Amino acid sequence: MDANTVLAEINGNIATVGYGLSAIGAGIGVGIVVGKTIESVARQPELQGRLTVLMYIGIAFTEALAFIGIATYFIFTN
Amino acid sequence: MLETPLSAAALIPALAFATTPATDAPEFKGPSILDFFPPAIFFEGNEFFEMNRIMLLRLVIVALIFILFWLGTRKMQLVPGRFQGTIEMGLEFVRKSIVEDLLGQKDGKRFLPLITTIFFLVLFMNLTGIVPGINISANSVIGMPLVLAVAAYIAFIWAGLRKHPWAFLRNALFPPGVPPFLYIIVTPIEFVSMFVLRPVTLTLRLLMNMIVGHLLLVLFFSATAFFMVELGGWWIAASAVTLAFGTAFTFFEILVSVLQAYVFALLTTVYIQLALADEH
Repeated sequence: MDANTVLAEINGNIATVGYGLSAIGAGIGVGIVVGKTIESVARQPELQGRLTVLMYIGIAFTEALAFIGIATYFIFTN
Repeated sequence: MLETPLSAAALIPALAFATTPATDAPEFKGPSILDFFPPAIFFEGNEFFEMNRIMLLRLVIVALIFILFWLGTRKMQLVPGRFQGTIEMGLEFVRKSIVEDLLGQKDGKRFLPLITTIFFLVLFMNLTGIVPGINISANSVIGMPLVLAVAAYIAFIWAGLRKHPWAFLRNALFPPGVPPFLYIIVTPIEFVSMFVLRPVTLTLRLLMNMIVGHLLLVLFFSATAFFMVELGGWWIAASAVTLAFGTAFTFFEILVSVLQAYVFALLTTVYIQLALADEH
């Protein structure tokens, strides 16, 4: 078998990998936000209402990074 | 540049025949981005008024919201019936747990109409993504999220400039408590984050949630149809799995629709609150 033999070939666009990478960061981030909120509610259950609102704001900001990742896929494939 | 195939010779040889299907085998057609640009139905060829079914859907949704709220609040009773009760519950949710919670009674009253409108428009337009027969969210093309984000953008800048123009810009661009020489770095970052990234992320968050939701559902259900109809035989077992996932994700999409409407309204309120805030 010489060096030029191609055993496996993947067709497609390398930009798809980008969303996978951007999802890692957002996934970890959302996990931390939710985890910390659960910890705080366990400490002070009476603050649950306010903490839930803060949690959703935190998730919304963190999650936006992953969605920018999807958007770049559609931008750069053209 | 990006379209070159990756030839990974180090991968296991088993992949080599897996990637080249026989020509007469049925081919699976997944969802594509073209789903969001259906053919025009009205005024075809007209540059300004050309309309496809997503745009028609938006108009229908606006009419639906109008009729629903008109019917729900037409004959108000002290002890609400079931329908009026549901409408009141929705309106009260926005008023109590979003607007008054963050803005307080006085400022809340001014911005309540805007935020209620944003909440219900986003909610109803998201929910069309899971209605059988429609199956596409009216928010999954950039126009609608962009309009809503621009409305939010104008609202919070207007709120800040109207109340205290200088304090608003100072708080936004020169946050207090930062050593003066750091303003060289901080001010551009704050400027971009406030005047560019806020509306962009508002738009993209909603748009991408809806696009991804649609793609996921179409992927699961078209895979189900493919396994069951095109392949048949033992593949029907696989179709049961994809059908179960598709159903699960339909419920997940309901959750996402409500959550995105909540988040959009909440963030608009937070931005207005930050613009109205006095000295930090």
